[in-house]
Amino acid sequence: MKKTRKKYTLYEIGQGYTFMLPAIFVLAVFIIAPILYAIFLSFHKVELLGGSSYDFRGIDNFVKLMEDERAKIALWNTIKYVVIVVPAQTLLALVLAATLNAGLKGEKFFRIVYFLPTLTSSAVLTLIFMWMYNQNGLINKLLGMIGLPGYNWIGDPDVALPAIMIMNIWSTAPFFMTIYLAALQDIPDTVYEAAKIDGANFWQKFWYVTVPQLKPVTSFVVIMGLIGTFQLFDQSYIFSKGSGGPNNSTLTVVLLVYQYAFKNLGTMGYAAAMALGLALVILLATLLQRKFSKEENLY
Amino acid sequence: MRKYGVGKVILYTILILYAIITLIPFLWAVSSSFKSLEEIVKGTIDFWPKDFTLDNYKQIFIQQEHFPRWLFNSLFIAIVGTILNLLFNSMAGYALARLSFPGKKGLFIIILAVLMIPAQVTMIPNFLILKSLGWLNTYQGIIVPSMINATFIFMMRQFFLNFPKELEEAASLDGLTKLGTFFRIVLPLAKPALAAQAIFVFMGFWNDFMRPLIVMSDVEMFTLPLGLNTFKGQFISYWNYIMAASMVFTMPVLILYAFFNRYFVKGVTFTGEK
Repeated sequence: MKKTRKKYTLYEIGQGYTFMLPAIFVLAVFIIAPILYAIFLSFHKVELLGGSSYDFRGIDNFVKLMEDERAKIALWNTIKYVVIVVPAQTLLALVLAATLNAGLKGEKFFRIVYFLPTLTSSAVLTLIFMWMYNQNGLINKLLGMIGLPGYNWIGDPDVALPAIMIMNIWSTAPFFMTIYLAALQDIPDTVYEAAKIDGANFWQKFWYVTVPQLKPVTSFVVIMGLIGTFQLFDQSYIFSKGSGGPNNSTLTVVLLVYQYAFKNLGTMGYAAAMALGLALVILLATLLQRKFSKEENLY
Repeated sequence: MRKYGVGKVILYTILILYAIITLIPFLWAVSSSFKSLEEIVKGTIDFWPKDFTLDNYKQIFIQQEHFPRWLFNSLFIAIVGTILNLLFNSMAGYALARLSFPGKKGLFIIILAVLMIPAQVTMIPNFLILKSLGWLNTYQGIIVPSMINATFIFMMRQFFLNFPKELEEAASLDGLTKLGTFFRIVLPLAKPALAAQAIFVFMGFWNDFMRPLIVMSDVEMFTLPLGLNTFKGQFISYWNYIMAASMVFTMPVLILYAFFNRYFVKGVTFTGEK
């Protein structure tokens, strides 16, 4: 087909848009309009009592964001969470996938077992962990058995966030493991054979062949991990009954957005500004990651 | 047979150790759901219940009158939502792969861009839009905004790009319209892609916590994740009930997994493809 100006028949146009209609409707009403609406809201003070009223405030909401102590705590908690969880879950996923890919017996069984957390909802996982984390619970008992002190996992501000971190590394690593596993099976055997001839042992093969070959997948896993961890909500909401406590230690940015939007009156515009700020942070983090992994590819 | 090297022992140790780490929470939850309250209160660590009881499972339906309704709400939303997604994502994917119409390229770029917008940005405006539509506390308030999914439109487009054209041409020679060809010829042949998609969309609806939390305020309209959370608030120390309810909630997905195991892995790699 030549790339001159295409003429569409009315029939073709009708056909195309018939197929696209539901998608266009949802995109327009529930995604694109809300994005513009969010930008509009972020410059306004919104009152929802009775009807809705919008009061233009310029950049007030963004200025307030800079001075809000709880927003700083939430951002700091979220960053701590991202910085620890993303590398940990990526490394664990890689190690598990490489181990599963070594051609051992019973591989299928382990795969099925490892997949369980991926199937289970965050609400159920959080409840199970809260049950295990309680003061008289399984985890403290097990720690006691090997002579370690127990913690007040849910009530102590110093350990509440790490408790959520442990749970989420445990529950998301297997999902990324499956992605790694698929990629591992695409690495040609000849590369390993060549390494074997050069006298590489298991660890050398892993470090000098497998890891570099997986670079694009790792980049993808890290970006997905960043997007996921920055949006932490369900777990800290259930853990702290929506408060972000104890002492703001499990307060995340999304939880704070939720509180300002739906629990406090008159702060919905401010919440919209905060959500936009978070989107910007996520965007920056993924761009940085991309730039970083591209530079690595240079040598 | 090759000798067992040190390497193999290490690898098996890692695998078994991690399998135990994965299984413990589930085994503990299952076993707690069959324990009596006295045994729970004592706080012993027996993975096998001393006096095995099914009472917790019976009690959750009696003690919490809304529980059956939550189960129904979750099932209804997940099933209807999944069917609509399968239909609409495939239609859009097919149009983007196979039909020609003005604005196609622009639409595709918009769909790709949408993949990158975090849900928190649209969450507040969506609440206000649903409010003015009068859709708060309704099934459509959850289903309609999520009845398409950009990830799966993209996936279906890729699938249809690699789909043999000859079948469609034969169908059009037989006088079928595009819509007829799509429903009678193309969709039945897309079953593997649809199965992988169905599982992930279903799980997305089934496990979703945030959207129902915002849209549903009437306790009758709660889905299971929300219900479970309030349930925990009411029965704060009745962990036997909470675990039983959690297991009821997890069952449908496990059954789905048992039947469609291979599609799950396919689905993960589909979403993982870049």
